[in-house]
Amino acid sequence: MAHKLRGKSAIVGLGIAPDGERPGRTGIELLAEAVHAALADCGLRLNDIDGLFATTAVHSMPAPSVGEYLGIQPKYSNGSNIGGSSFVAHCLGATLALEAGLCDVALVAYGSNQRTAGGRLVTMSEPMPYEAIYGARYPISAYALAAARHMHEFGTTRAQLAAVAVAARNWAELNPEAFARDPLTIEDVLNSRMISDPLSKLDCCLVTDGGAAIIMTRPDQAKDLPRPPVYFLGAAMAHWHRMISAMPDLTQTAAQESGPRTMEMAGVACEDIDVLELYDAFTINTILFLEDLGFCAKGEGGAFVEGGRIAPGGALAVNTNGGGLSCVHPGMYGLYTVIEAARQLRGTCGARQIENAKIGLAHGNGGVLSSQVTSIWGTEETL
Amino acid sequence: MTFASPGPERQFQDFLAEGKFMIQRNIKTGAFIFYPRVLSPGTGEDALEWVEASGAGTVYSTTVTRQRPEKGGDYNVALIDLAEGPRLMSRIIDIDPHEVTIGMAVRAKIGELNSEPALLFVPDKKDLSHYGP
Repeated sequence: MAHKLRGKSAIVGLGIAPDGERPGRTGIELLAEAVHAALADCGLRLNDIDGLFATTAVHSMPAPSVGEYLGIQPKYSNGSNIGGSSFVAHCLGATLALEAGLCDVALVAYGSNQRTAGGRLVTMSEPMPYEAIYGARYPISAYALAAARHMHEFGTTRAQLAAVAVAARNWAELNPEAFARDPLTIEDVLNSRMISDPLSKLDCCLVTDGGAAIIMTRPDQAKDLPRPPVYFLGAAMAHWHRMISAMPDLTQTAAQESGPRTMEMAGVACEDIDVLELYDAFTINTILFLEDLGFCAKGEGGAFVEGGRIAPGGALAVNTNGGGLSCVHPGMYGLYTVIEAARQLRGTCGARQIENAKIGLAHGNGGVLSSQVTSIWGTEETL
Repeated sequence: MTFASPGPERQFQDFLAEGKFMIQRNIKTGAFIFYPRVLSPGTGEDALEWVEASGAGTVYSTTVTRQRPEKGGDYNVALIDLAEGPRLMSRIIDIDPHEVTIGMAVRAKIGELNSEPALLFVPDKKDLSHYGP
């Protein structure tokens, strides 16, 4: 029997604030631009929104701040922060609130000006007790420790990590919205400046500005709106640690739990999924999530991504917008995974469109591999 | 039970300032705990005692944080599995940070970072594997 949340909400509108560099703009201004675009996309009005799900890296109370800025008075809101995966979790929360009738039109939104505000990752994070004194560079050193362990246990190579960055760039070359579209080779990645061994500058995501928003409703309302609804088929979250030193095993993420639970809710298996959007803050992420979500065996992720398998024309379509590595990364990338999956299912992706895509997976990661949230979306015929 | 003041985090720091590396042990299960807590993580027992750690550990993972020489140069950040079981973050000193390898035996050494007492680790001299074949 289908899970009671399967198919109970849909993305009806989506929008982004274009261009990765927006001097003179605040994060909340970019968020509002994306909301404007998402409303125009679905034909709803700002005051139709009565459910608000927003998180940023700079607001201690993001829901009231965003609600006030937009001038809306939501009946239900959530601004919880579990890192960049928060927005994938918000899609689950919005589905619950819509299905329960607590709200009728839910907005999930994000904005950040971290590129022009200083060019570094903006974080509200407190210093990690028992870690801060050692001067690890956050978050990269934490991901470097995970990559080093993966290389030690499974023989994963820097060239395999680089293959992830090159595949992402090849997708970005097909996406006019992507921030980094210059040609990139494995050698370029291997020769780029080392930051925290074994991760070099080109193993790291971009630092851009950006804003993103989606509008969700129940399926009955969605059918009356202009765009083909992108239906929620399932989502699940899991977190096992906050600090990297408390991660039980640096090669095994909680996506091992969020993935299967999501697939069970959606009633689909890996082979049913046409397109994957994985939170690639660093090259090691893509390898870890391909393994932990079940697309290859543990330890085989490095070999799996070689030879263009996840690049355009490869066997598996992964991060078709160019990902956080080459498309956009304003500090919290999660909502962009959902937006790209939705665009693929709408069939509006132009040169990078996956033909006949019906089921898409969007996976969010937060903190230092700390929180994992998986979601699966489908076209009407998958209901 | 009554909870003594100060709490475990402050007690750990005070021990460190006295030159002692102490970890907690769950009196009922015997499990060692780091970082210090009020309750045994995952099981909830509050009967915990402080014991001096052996100081022996193994490098679980390691990274070299690159830094320009004029800012102090490259330095190591590592995760250490203590002989008692728990894992923690630290820095391996008294060795070129690029020479630290996963699996290397290390030993605790209390030193200072940023003028504060800090738990550091040095290569265990009984283990010569890091000197190469």
